[in-house]
Amino acid sequence: MEGIRYIPKAINSSLADGFCRPHSGRAYAGARGGIPLCGKSLPADVDSFRIFIIPCIYGRESKRNMIQFLSYLVNGISLGSVYAIIALGYSMVYGIAKMLNFAHGDVIMIGAFVSFSATQYWGVPPLASVLISVVVCTVLGIVIERLAYKPLRQASSLAVLITAIGMSYLLQNVALIIWGANPKSFASVVNIGTLSLFDGQLRVTGETLVTVLANIVIMVGLTLFTGKTKMGKAMRAVSEDKGAAELMGINVNATISMTFAIGSGLAAIAGVLLCSSYPVLMPTTGAMPGIKAFTAAVFGGIGSIPGALVGGILLGVIEILGKAYVSTELGDALVFAVLIIVLLVKPTGLLGKKVHEKV
Amino acid sequence: MKKNQRSFAGNLITYGMVIVAFILCQIALSGAIDGFKMSRSLKGQLVPICVYIVMAVSLNLTVGISGELSLGHAGFMSVGAFSGILASQWIAAAFPTVNLEIPRLLAALATGGIVAGIAGVIIGIPVLRLRGDYLAIVTLAFGEIIRNLLNCVYVSLDGVAVHFGFLNSVLPGKMLINGPMGATGVEKLAFFEAGFLLVLFTLFVVLNLIGSRSGRAIMAIRDNRIAAESVGINVTKYRMMAFVTSAVLAGMAGALYGLNYSTVQAAKFKFDTSILILVFVVLGGIGNIRGSIIAAALLTVLPEVLRDFGEYRMLIYAIVLILVMLATNNPTFKAAVARLIPHRRHSDAEKEADRA
Repeated sequence: MEGIRYIPKAINSSLADGFCRPHSGRAYAGARGGIPLCGKSLPADVDSFRIFIIPCIYGRESKRNMIQFLSYLVNGISLGSVYAIIALGYSMVYGIAKMLNFAHGDVIMIGAFVSFSATQYWGVPPLASVLISVVVCTVLGIVIERLAYKPLRQASSLAVLITAIGMSYLLQNVALIIWGANPKSFASVVNIGTLSLFDGQLRVTGETLVTVLANIVIMVGLTLFTGKTKMGKAMRAVSEDKGAAELMGINVNATISMTFAIGSGLAAIAGVLLCSSYPVLMPTTGAMPGIKAFTAAVFGGIGSIPGALVGGILLGVIEILGKAYVSTELGDALVFAVLIIVLLVKPTGLLGKKVHEKV
Repeated sequence: MKKNQRSFAGNLITYGMVIVAFILCQIALSGAIDGFKMSRSLKGQLVPICVYIVMAVSLNLTVGISGELSLGHAGFMSVGAFSGILASQWIAAAFPTVNLEIPRLLAALATGGIVAGIAGVIIGIPVLRLRGDYLAIVTLAFGEIIRNLLNCVYVSLDGVAVHFGFLNSVLPGKMLINGPMGATGVEKLAFFEAGFLLVLFTLFVVLNLIGSRSGRAIMAIRDNRIAAESVGINVTKYRMMAFVTSAVLAGMAGALYGLNYSTVQAAKFKFDTSILILVFVVLGGIGNIRGSIIAAALLTVLPEVLRDFGEYRMLIYAIVLILVMLATNNPTFKAAVARLIPHRRHSDAEKEADRA
């Protein structure tokens, strides 16, 4: 079984610096096949046949590959759960304020940095540090909305998007000045042991368990919140029709602020969970997961809570399996290809509602 | 008729401004006047300034004139850079005895433009079916996909035979493009005069396009797509025209940029580069070509001049970006600005009346 390397590490590095390193953790299938365009044609990949096709027919190897596949799947679900939590923030804000909050990914990074500082510099216990980071990010979300987005409520979407991009760069550079450009090693906030299955061949880390659990709790909580509480109903009303909601006596500005607060608070949790699994923390840490989570939100259907869950997990699984079985270098490209295909084939996403264009 | 004359005069001012700036640079380079000399670091910035001006003007065609936010402009630049380098190296290998620096540069620019144009068509077909935020995010996705793919491309030159490898680094002959390491051993063919001519060419193309019937159609689609469609304008055709023209110009700028350095990696054309060019366009004024030129030139020179600000440069850009957007799009902010500059109040009121 030569050629198998430690996949999560490679994925982590590409998450952290935005592009893939050469040959690190490249999986075997199709990776070595050259494209004979000009001149000499190159040998096709024999390994992929040996490793994939044959084991499917014969017993023990096949079981090992199955477990390998399962472990990728678990990693994918774990990463996908983080995407789902981030996607919720995008999805809610997009549903209500009709804007793409580009800075959301950087709120994740700020959340992780606050938790990191709290545990490392101030000696706060991990769980309390998560709470602090949630509070800081919630306030940050409200402040960003008030300062940058609220004055542009009536402006074109182009103007709002450019402002959001500016805000994203602002957060990144503030983090750069405060915490420096050197990557920090984030100590996991989870101290649950690893779960071993199949005689220790399949290992599910405590971080994975906590991430998936947190994801489920958040999804259920938010569904109840938007369905049962007055504020939640107000949010749904504003996302449906802002003008009519205002006429019904709903405070639209407060509702939008509330949405930003919830989204940013969740971003803090997502940031801590993401950095617990992939412990490299620097000012650009949030950018890539942010964009991918937006992809997840669109994939699942923007504005829909179950959509964010489905989209996030599917995207995480696609990314990890793509990196494992297709090519590490092309993992990100694969994710973006999914986004493009979804937008072209079904722009409303898997679980989204169709909106008609008014003239 | 009167409006036509005004825009003609405006174009002349734009050309004149570029030519005067070029002459001033030449005087400074020759050192004919005492105390009016260009520093070494600034000299090295001359070609990048031209490249960024072309990038900003071409992005302004998409963002300002066509009204579509493209976040993947650096993708076209990288495609142009790599194909331009390939073309120039291939010619050098095919005709080893002759000195063909200028034809090679021209061939590189043409190849860069054509390949980026093809990429523009391929990307434009799906992208232009979308609108607004989705369009922006898909251009971003394409920019990232291009960068990812270029990281996996290996090209070698064996005599005059070009070998391509995808995710396959073992190729015969001399490596030209080495995956994530990028193109290495590039001959520096770019020079300032070529950059200046490329800027003039870009201005010629863009300003003529804006002034033409097609340009008016493009702006009509930007202002109201449905109304434009209802008077018989072919929306897809004109949006595509603007998008592909912009891609071709970006590809040419990329080729010039690629030939200005000895090594070029795909990582140089990150999302940050696309945003940087967007900052030039926004600060120069969306839709204002002359503004893009000034902003691109100043903001490329500025960090060289204010070296101490280095760390805070992007921070300042970010703040300025937000403030400019607030100032130009918020009614209260706008009114305050109009009060500060009295003569603009009238034209603003006029614009409001036009809109209503």
